[in-house]
Amino acid sequence: MNASQIAKIGNDVRRRVLLAVQHAGAGHIGGVLSAADMLAALYFRILRVDPARPDWPDRDRFILSKGHCAIGLYTILALRGYFSLSELDTFDAIDSRLQGHPDMTKLPGLDMSTGSLGQGLSPGIGIALGARMLGKSFRTWVMLGDGEIQEGQIWEAAFCAARYELDNLTAILDWNHLQQFGWATSQGYASIARRDPLDQAREKWEAFGWNVFECNGHDVEEFIAVCDAAVAAKGRPSIVIAHTIKGKGVSFMEHDYTWHSRPLSKTDVDRAFAELGY
Amino acid sequence: MLAQRDAFGDTLVELCETDSRVVVLDGDLANSTKSDKVAVARPDRFLMMGIAEQNLAGAAAGMSTLGLIPWVSSFAAFLASRDLDQIRVVVAQPRLNVKFAAHYSGLLTGYTGKTHQVVNDIAIMRSLPNMTVIAPCDAEEARAAIRAATLWDGPVYVRLTRDPIATITQPADTFEIGKARLLRAGSDIGIISTGTQTVRAMEAIKLLANDGIDAALLHVPTIKPLDESAIVDLARRVDCVLTCEEHSVLGGLGGATAEVLAAAYPTRVERLGIADVDGESGPNDALLHKYGLTAQHVVARARRMLARV
Repeated sequence: MNASQIAKIGNDVRRRVLLAVQHAGAGHIGGVLSAADMLAALYFRILRVDPARPDWPDRDRFILSKGHCAIGLYTILALRGYFSLSELDTFDAIDSRLQGHPDMTKLPGLDMSTGSLGQGLSPGIGIALGARMLGKSFRTWVMLGDGEIQEGQIWEAAFCAARYELDNLTAILDWNHLQQFGWATSQGYASIARRDPLDQAREKWEAFGWNVFECNGHDVEEFIAVCDAAVAAKGRPSIVIAHTIKGKGVSFMEHDYTWHSRPLSKTDVDRAFAELGY
Repeated sequence: MLAQRDAFGDTLVELCETDSRVVVLDGDLANSTKSDKVAVARPDRFLMMGIAEQNLAGAAAGMSTLGLIPWVSSFAAFLASRDLDQIRVVVAQPRLNVKFAAHYSGLLTGYTGKTHQVVNDIAIMRSLPNMTVIAPCDAEEARAAIRAATLWDGPVYVRLTRDPIATITQPADTFEIGKARLLRAGSDIGIISTGTQTVRAMEAIKLLANDGIDAALLHVPTIKPLDESAIVDLARRVDCVLTCEEHSVLGGLGGATAEVLAAAYPTRVERLGIADVDGESGPNDALLHKYGLTAQHVVARARRMLARV
């Protein structure tokens, strides 16, 4: 599938996520919209997976460490054919397989349960180490949020992955420049302006011994090219630092921390759909 | 006299030879926990994960999804508290097949003081859904528990101690997860104990017998899933029940026993253990004496319960 087709799928993810969140009455939005294009590229181009065989032992693994963006992952899994698109309407409902945060005991296709931030990279290391022990050639991918890498465990994991030279592990950092509440700028907390959750991302990961790649996380072609380069790089784990926009695609959600998670009105959805071209 | 940590190291070396799924992950304590035996014998199955316990538990969780059986080896104090969220979210909730060797549990930790002593880990671990919790009484039972835990489907927390202790388990004794062992039948008082405290309780029932007190001793190595019927059967045969553990009196075997008997067979229960306090540094004998865990403490408590002081 080519980049422009994948970009269309990314946009479809946005539409379906807004519908699912509206239907559920609540949900995370901003960080899903920032990751949508990358999720589309991963599941329709980059990952070696087979929706008919979610337990295929040689599949690539994907862990959404920023587990609060579960609805984005569910949507791309449904679009890829892991389960029916109509099931997205059950998001957050009682007895649903689509829990608020990914639950691998309920839904096939999830390679790890996540949600408590900062915990996704370590299982990725365990999988990558295990793959090496078992002589498996599949690759492990972990998507991180920029806010969650404030957690200390991420840096325990960053150190460990480099120590074991895990070149079968690739992290993707969705650097959307906002977190749930964030630190105020000089304008104070009454303003919606916020400081970046992170600074010197490249220097930090390089200092921990990782290969660092950067790209625009909304440019599908560039993202795929950079992921290919990350896969080809040997001897160290790699991270793709993807520069993204929180709330991407919907003007009134972009760059606004209050859209991290909130209920959507019908008016909100109508306005958003008009902007997304639906 | 054998130490459970030596039994751990030896058993893991043996398991690495017989089971290609077994891997040991160490939190830079291999020469304390004796997982260094694996590091030397089977370096291909040993992973030093650094002084980073959160990553240690998470990595084990990931590894287990490939069908490997990771044994996470660290101090109980760090696993049960520092790693609690990791164990909860990526091990217990998804019911992944990770085994925890929780070394240096209780008070007898080699002059470390309270930071390295954990006296509430049973309470913490048994409150996690899907978790299995085992506290073997001696090195022989530790061996059996480690083998059984390896074959058990799901997460297991095996509580181990540091120093050599008398072996009361015979190689022929069977060990089954979830089964208690009646070490002595008796009709006056039923003593229920777990972990290495059982060795001291064993000594206590002999002293009680010398005084003409007929005490039963039920050893409960698996605190979760608990052998409820063994506890109720014991309660039916005695006047009162005394629980014993090198653990806080809050929420451990004592709490679990009281919960079972309150519902199934209301019985007078007292709990011998560490009061709701932290430990301190000191020689083992002094610690057991100060915190009330010696055989003589068990005897005195039993006599008081029976009003035969």
